[in-house]
Amino acid sequence: MTHTFYDEMYLANGECRSHYREFTRWLADTPSDLLAQRRREADLLFHRAGITFTLYGDDQGTERLIPFDIIPRSIPASEWRIVERGCIQRVQALNLFLTDIYHDQRILKAGIIPPEQVLANEGYQLAMQGLDLHRNIYSHISGVDLVRDGDGSYYVLEDNLRTPSGVSYMLEDRKMMMRLFPELFAAQRVAPINHYPDMLLDTLKSSSPMENPTVVVLTPGRFNSAYFEHAFLAREMGVELVQGADLFVRDDKVYMRTTAGAKPVDVIYRRLDDAFLDPLAFNPDSMLGVPGLLASYRSGNVVLANAVGTGVADDKSIYPYVDEMIRFYLAEEPILKNVPTWQCRKPKDLSHVLANLPDLVVKETQGSGGYGMLVGPASTKAQIEEFRARLIARPEAYIAQPTLSLSTCPTFVENGIAPRHIDLRPFVLSGRETRLVPGGLTRVALREGSLVVNSSQGGGTKDTWIVGD
Amino acid sequence: MLSTTASNLYWMSRYLERAENLARMLEVSYSLSLMPQDDHGNGLDELAMPLIITGTLDEYLEQHGEMHAERMLNFFGLDANNPASIYCCLQAARTNAHAVRGRITADMWENINASWLEVRDIAQQGIARYGISHFCEWVKERSHLFRGATFGTIMRGEAYRFIRLGTFIERADNTLRLLDARYELLGEDIDEIEGRSARSYYQWTALLRALSSFEAFAEIYRGSPGARKVSELLLLRTEVPRSLRSCTEELYSMLTSLPGDNGRPAQRLAAELEARLRYTTIDEVLDEGLHTWLNDLILLIRELGQAIHSSYLEVA
Repeated sequence: MTHTFYDEMYLANGECRSHYREFTRWLADTPSDLLAQRRREADLLFHRAGITFTLYGDDQGTERLIPFDIIPRSIPASEWRIVERGCIQRVQALNLFLTDIYHDQRILKAGIIPPEQVLANEGYQLAMQGLDLHRNIYSHISGVDLVRDGDGSYYVLEDNLRTPSGVSYMLEDRKMMMRLFPELFAAQRVAPINHYPDMLLDTLKSSSPMENPTVVVLTPGRFNSAYFEHAFLAREMGVELVQGADLFVRDDKVYMRTTAGAKPVDVIYRRLDDAFLDPLAFNPDSMLGVPGLLASYRSGNVVLANAVGTGVADDKSIYPYVDEMIRFYLAEEPILKNVPTWQCRKPKDLSHVLANLPDLVVKETQGSGGYGMLVGPASTKAQIEEFRARLIARPEAYIAQPTLSLSTCPTFVENGIAPRHIDLRPFVLSGRETRLVPGGLTRVALREGSLVVNSSQGGGTKDTWIVGD
Repeated sequence: MLSTTASNLYWMSRYLERAENLARMLEVSYSLSLMPQDDHGNGLDELAMPLIITGTLDEYLEQHGEMHAERMLNFFGLDANNPASIYCCLQAARTNAHAVRGRITADMWENINASWLEVRDIAQQGIARYGISHFCEWVKERSHLFRGATFGTIMRGEAYRFIRLGTFIERADNTLRLLDARYELLGEDIDEIEGRSARSYYQWTALLRALSSFEAFAEIYRGSPGARKVSELLLLRTEVPRSLRSCTEELYSMLTSLPGDNGRPAQRLAAELEARLRYTTIDEVLDEGLHTWLNDLILLIRELGQAIHSSYLEVA
């Protein structure tokens, strides 16, 4: 293997990192047929539990399993503390940014971000201007995507402030590991994460000024790729899982239809994009939303988590400014690094990008899920040329970054164990305080050499351990 | 509870109970079709019974033209294009469960999901290769397991009540229809020669077995089964859990324990039905004519189902 990649388990000289020693000892002692049997068991259990996601563009609407790898991704506690502080800092700055751009727009007046970048952004919602939110929190649940470069330092790849998903896999992966290999958890102290739903409910409740608000989870329905997660979180929190048709608005207040009549709703954890929330205010064709919801929201009668209009802050064209936001609002230096980014809307950046396409990763500013991106080093000439044309046609829609040499972690593949690239998505909750459970979702690109970890592109997941060092 | 949630729970259990009942129906007919037939020939008439009871015989004939044992069995059991097949009932039950998987326990969901995954495998093999009796046993076993998982794990709240309501509405309807079908086949005069005809003996015991009431019958009546005793047991007595009276008692008690006022019409209907069965004797039933009485009750159960719908499941 090449040594330009940072391997989570092994040092460059092949020696095992200290926080993995306990695990590798166990792995060496466990017969391979037992491991194979446990891996099959895991597949079966996931299948039976229906822990699946639905792939878009697949006519059958088939539910697929996300491949689960039994070798955990392990992070020493000292390292985690830095990641944790970095994530909190970042999300706090982003919430301050959102408050600012929907009110005084100080950061625009100070000339730190060009106003048109924010105000003309698709994610910027005029309806949010001047609206005061409880605790000034816009992104109650944020997913921060992290990768590690060749030297092992953490970089933020992107922030997810709309409806970040994946937390159910984080929880189910842990449950599965504890079920399959309890002995591992007896040998080593792994920081627990199972209290996430409890923290989430607390966060959602604290987003409302009411004493004991009624919380619901709003899902687009069972054909949504993350429906499993919506149902899972509603169940774990003990709140209703609703669809648009279960809710209605009367006199600017939101109610749900129940067996005992109409019941008021105070907080909606919505897993529905802004555009679908309210057919009266946004997309008039939406069958998923609730007519009148936005009016009720603007009257302060209901809380939406996350707020409307957070998309402007996790847009890839705003991403290059997050470091500046942290300095501007918090007067702190960023703890986590941003990936150097070329903004193709700038002519100088564009010409650099066009000259170096085979070495770069180019992304749509509005894209997500690994759709509509170019990974230069992994693409054919034809693919690159095709992308070049798109880039020249609409430069403002793209950004480019150097290809990071994502860290690797040993992973079960067809012929035994081999290193595969991984990322990390911790979930940051913002309420009375900003906090996260120790860990996150580790996604792994199962194809050799692939850097794309998205489940829609054949990525798998691993349990993520924070261990003492 | 959300009305849509209640509706999904109710239909989940209705479809699962229906799948079980269809399997019971199929089992009886299959075993009777193997008996030496007097003047009816090859047992096809008996295999057609489940199709007649579920009202799907015409559709079968339209698709397949003639009566053919294996095709009829497949159509009834595993045909994905026959919405009344056991296969489709399991699918519908699973779809409803999927919509409310957050409101049922993991044990329940895993159970119903596993049943669905397995029936797809069985459908691939075809019913004859898997074995008819084996298949019927399997469906019943899955239903038993689900009921056990439900009983053993779910909170005794509204969800539980709507699940029970679905089960017992479906079961009441099924008991009435099965009894009616056998009765029509044997006719009123069977009671006169009580037990002396082998054919009547096998017909009535097959019905009792289909409703898991054979042992109870033997213990309570200690005699050969005939229309009068079998009807009394399956309609008016509380000892067997698949009798009409057991079903209406359960429906009544579930409905009265639901909160809110909007269920009044359904509650009143259930109470009337419960009282009627409690204070009726089998003689009165037979005087009225069993067939007439059974059809009257089928309509009442349907009316109750509709009242449950408009009171709870579609509330605006």
